[in-house]
Amino acid sequence: MYDVVVIGGGPAGMAAAIRARDLGLRVLLLDDNDYLGGILPQCIHPGFGIHYFKEELTGPEFAYKLMSNLEGVEVKTSARVLEIINYSDIEKFVVYTSPEGVKKVPTRTIIYAAGARERHAFEIGIVGDRVSGIYTAGEAQTLMDIYGIMPGKEIVIVGSGDVGLIMARRFSLEGARVKAVIELMPYPGGLARNIMILRDFNIPLYLSHKVVEVRGRGRVERVKVVKVDENLREIPGSEFWIKADTLVISAGLIPNVRLLSDIGVVIDPSTGGPVVNDRLETSIPGIFVAGNALLINDLVDYVAEQGELAAEGAKEFIDNGGILSKHWIKIEKGENIRLVAPHYVSGERDVWLYARVRRPMENVVLEFPEIGKRIRLPVVKPAEMLRIKLRAKEIREAENKITIRVIEND
Amino acid sequence: MTKVYRFTCIVCPLSCTIEVEMEGGKIKDIKGYTCPRGKEWAIEEVINPKRVVMSVVPVEGGKLPTVSVKTERPIPKDKIPELMSMLAKIKVKAPVKIGDVIAEFEGVKIIATREA
Repeated sequence: MYDVVVIGGGPAGMAAAIRARDLGLRVLLLDDNDYLGGILPQCIHPGFGIHYFKEELTGPEFAYKLMSNLEGVEVKTSARVLEIINYSDIEKFVVYTSPEGVKKVPTRTIIYAAGARERHAFEIGIVGDRVSGIYTAGEAQTLMDIYGIMPGKEIVIVGSGDVGLIMARRFSLEGARVKAVIELMPYPGGLARNIMILRDFNIPLYLSHKVVEVRGRGRVERVKVVKVDENLREIPGSEFWIKADTLVISAGLIPNVRLLSDIGVVIDPSTGGPVVNDRLETSIPGIFVAGNALLINDLVDYVAEQGELAAEGAKEFIDNGGILSKHWIKIEKGENIRLVAPHYVSGERDVWLYARVRRPMENVVLEFPEIGKRIRLPVVKPAEMLRIKLRAKEIREAENKITIRVIEND
Repeated sequence: MTKVYRFTCIVCPLSCTIEVEMEGGKIKDIKGYTCPRGKEWAIEEVINPKRVVMSVVPVEGGKLPTVSVKTERPIPKDKIPELMSMLAKIKVKAPVKIGDVIAEFEGVKIIATREA
C-alpha cells in the first residue's frame, strides 16, 4: 500500500512527490508522457523559478531541478491512469496502464496533478474546412521545441494569452511570419513582459476581433476575421480575410479533471477545477489536487507551491485519519472576482488565496469585509493572478464566510 | 527631430506607461515611471535593447530529437537574426548536459538548457 499516489509528473506532481518523500511517505509518481516535466521541457523561454528557486530559469531547467531530486520516489513514465477508485475514505485504488500492463495499486491518499488541456478551434466557434495546419499553441510548441518541426510559415494566432505570445516569438525567431494575433477581448490576455514580444517582432495585434472561419484545400489557406462590439457580438460588414497556412489557437486552458469528476468530486465551474479546502483536499476525503488541475496558474512557482501544500495535506490526512477542522469558513466571490481558490478555510493555518478578477481596474482596494482586511493595489488585470496571504488569526475573525472583492479606492 | 518611444514597463506588475523623448540620439525627457528601476529599464530599451534568446538545435542519438538552448546573457536585439542563422546550422551529438556550451556568438555562450 502506498501512502500517496501522485498523478501527473509535471511541476505540481514532482514538487508534491518530493515534499511527500521528505515527510517520510511512500510515494508513487505516475505520468503518461515518456518523459517527466509536464509542459516545462517545451517551455524553453526564461522567466521560471524566480519565487520558488530564487533564480531565473527556463522551463527545462526548472523541470530538471525537480527531476534530479526524486530519489526515494517510485517513478513510472508512460503510465496513463485509467481510473481512480475511492473504495473508502482511507483506502483508494489507482488503475493505470503502462508497458508493464494494467495495474491496480492501493493507496491511502491521492494527489491529482494532471494539469490542464487547451481549448481548441471548435470550442471557440471557428467553422469552415477541416484542413491540416490548425494547431493549439501547446501542440505547435511540442512540435517546434521538442521535436524540432516547424508547423508552418505564415501564421495567424488566435488569442493573446501567454502561450500564444510566446509562440509568436518562437515562430518569428525561427523565420516564420506571424501575420496577426487576434484577441476577442478589448485588452491583451498575456503578461506585460509577453505583450512586448509583439513590438519586438512587429506583429499586429487585433483587439476586439475574432477568427470565425477557416478555408483551404487540404491545408489552411485563409482565415476570416471579424470585429466585435463591446458585448462581443460580431459587427456585420467588418469581416476581412488573412492569408495564412497555419492557424494557432491559444484560447485558454481548462483543468483536466475528468478522472475526478467521474468519481463525483465537486467541480467549481468558475475555476474549472475541484472545490478544495485549505489543504487542497477535494470533496472526496484523501484526494488532493495541485497545479493547473486545481486552477489555471500564471507562474510555475505557484504550481510547485501547491504541490508541496497538497503533500503536507496528505501527511496530515495519514497521521490523523483525515483533515481535521472544527469549522469550515467559505470564501465567497464578491465584486470583480471571477474565481478564487481554496474555497474553504479553517482558521487553523495561514492560507494563500489565489484569485482572478473579471475585468481590468486601476487604483483599487482588494477587500475582505468580514475580517476588515484591505489591500490597496494600483492595478488589477484578468491575466495576472492575485495571490494573497490570509493569516489564521485573521480568518478566525469571520463566522461563516469571508468575501473577497475588488472595489474602487475612494 | 524628436522621437517619442512609449513602453509598458515590465520591471514589476504595475505596468507603468513610460515615455522617452529622444532628440539627436540623446534623451530629452522621460516620464511616466514610478521607480528608478523602471526609469533605467526604459532608457536601456531605447538606447540598447537586449534580449535573452532561446531556441532548439537538433541532437543525434539523444532521448529527444532536439536540445533547448539559450544565450548565457542578453544580447543586443538587432543581433538576434544573425544569431538565429548561426544556430540554424548547428547540430550536436548526445550526450548533452544542462549547462554545456553548445556554441559561442560574439563572446556570448550558447548553453544547453535540457538534457539530451
